[in-house]
Amino acid sequence: MDQSRDLEAIRRLIAARKRYDALFGVLGLIALMIGVLTFVALFADMAWNGMGRLDWDFFTHYPSRRPAQAGILSAWVGSTLVMLTTAFFAVPLGVAAGIYLEEYARKNWITDLIEINITNLAGVPSIVYGLLALGLFVYQFGFGQSILSAGLTLALLILPVVIVATREAIRSIPQSIREGSYALGATQWQTVRYHILPYSSAGILTGIIIGMARAIGETAPIITIGALTFIAFLPPAPLKAEPPFVSFEWLFSPFTVMPIQMFNWTSRPEAAFQVNAAAAGFVLVLMTLAMNGVAIWLRYRLRRKIKW
Amino acid sequence: MSAPDTLMKTELMEQKTALTAKADVQDLDFYYGDFRALKSISMPVYERQVTALIGPSGCGKSTFLRCFNRMHDLYPGNRYQGRIVLQPDNSDLLAPEVDPIEVRMRIGMVFQKPNPFPKSIFDNVAYGLRVRGENSRRRIEEKVEGALQDAALWEEVKDRIHQPAYNLSGGQQQRMCIARALATDPELLLFDEPTSALDPIATTSIEELIHDLKERVTILIVTHNMQQAARVSDFTAYMYLGELIEFGVTDELFIKPTKKQTEDYITGRFG
Repeated sequence: MDQSRDLEAIRRLIAARKRYDALFGVLGLIALMIGVLTFVALFADMAWNGMGRLDWDFFTHYPSRRPAQAGILSAWVGSTLVMLTTAFFAVPLGVAAGIYLEEYARKNWITDLIEINITNLAGVPSIVYGLLALGLFVYQFGFGQSILSAGLTLALLILPVVIVATREAIRSIPQSIREGSYALGATQWQTVRYHILPYSSAGILTGIIIGMARAIGETAPIITIGALTFIAFLPPAPLKAEPPFVSFEWLFSPFTVMPIQMFNWTSRPEAAFQVNAAAAGFVLVLMTLAMNGVAIWLRYRLRRKIKW
Repeated sequence: MSAPDTLMKTELMEQKTALTAKADVQDLDFYYGDFRALKSISMPVYERQVTALIGPSGCGKSTFLRCFNRMHDLYPGNRYQGRIVLQPDNSDLLAPEVDPIEVRMRIGMVFQKPNPFPKSIFDNVAYGLRVRGENSRRRIEEKVEGALQDAALWEEVKDRIHQPAYNLSGGQQQRMCIARALATDPELLLFDEPTSALDPIATTSIEELIHDLKERVTILIVTHNMQQAARVSDFTAYMYLGELIEFGVTDELFIKPTKKQTEDYITGRFG
């Protein structure tokens, strides 16, 4: 037997098979680069165009007819307040619903139906949520064209995202942990409170922030419920000098948000407003990236303590 | 040869009659949906004795064990029939009106794979007490230390009791799980193949622990390892296809099984 010849044949065969490895490696890299480079190009272009306008005044000035004096004060304050309102409603509702579906609900066809519906809700176009909110929050409940209406609308919009993220985070907890807890005589709530919630919090937080990052860029439903496109005042301050010191008047204040401000500027003919729009877009992307950054950091912090 | 054999047998029989039953299984059937996993099992579990459940994979020994703390209630479609009467209160722990939480507060369990919670060693062992509403830090500390000592782990972990439990070795984790169960003073402790994920040295230490623990708690242990059953148990039940084939004093069952099936299994001709 000539064993060296066999070895040659094996090597040729391996080389032939490995060509597919190399081929896919290249194709995959191209696919990845198309996505990444497109984003980088867009972002760099926006940053390049808008950089000239990015100074302190841009953040502290109201919109104006004179592009050089126009700023995003009302927009970023509006976006921040709407996001806070959204989180306030979406987080407890979404997390509670997710926990209920995973830990409490019996697994039967009704649960399956609800599950399918939640997944479908995540795919409903956001303008539809806007229409619903216009009828329900703005007119029926009489909240008006306010931060509260906008926050509730976006909360509805991201609720499915939060529910799905909560369920997935809970599902990744090994059954042995639940059994360990129940075997020691714990009730369902004790198991949720001491195990399920703490161990899934990293995943839940990630889901919340992904949802919030989507909500902060939403324009259509916010325009539908009647956000202003030009606004030169801030909502009333939440803190007051006289008792009871806190005020929720701001919830009922008219407002605008970052994407609407951008949309408003891009629809102007003057080139100088396009620069403003690019600068505002740059800030909006940075806000989103910052939220994602916080999500990654929190996930890292929380996951470090959890192993099984 | 026959004389010492008979002598031993009588001694064991005498010993046996002197025992009281901690639990009495009466005609127990168990169903996963339509599948009848346990078939009219009746046997006693004697107080402060170690009872081993042996049999080939899929014979229903773990299913049987998990009936004792109503673990099957966690999943839909499971059904019990028959009774497991727990002493001294003579209550049927499978009765629908009995809350499974009450059962689990009296009967502890140690699982096949160590399942420490991703918390500190202290918080793991204290969990059962906190679940019961114990608030006194001092009493919890006493109990945790006592339980870790009983589980022969205190000396190894006393300086790092607030460190995460997953830093412990597999054997230590399993002893911590035993301590976690002991901290709540269970009347009956269930072991579901507690050493199958452990190396021989860790296995030996768990076996010694089980041997020591029977002074204060009744133990029911599932094992796929016949040598282990022979080493640690006083009584052995051999199960096959959901049925209890033979139950008896361990030394008798291993030396002189009455059923052919048992003999085939323990001599390694089958299983």
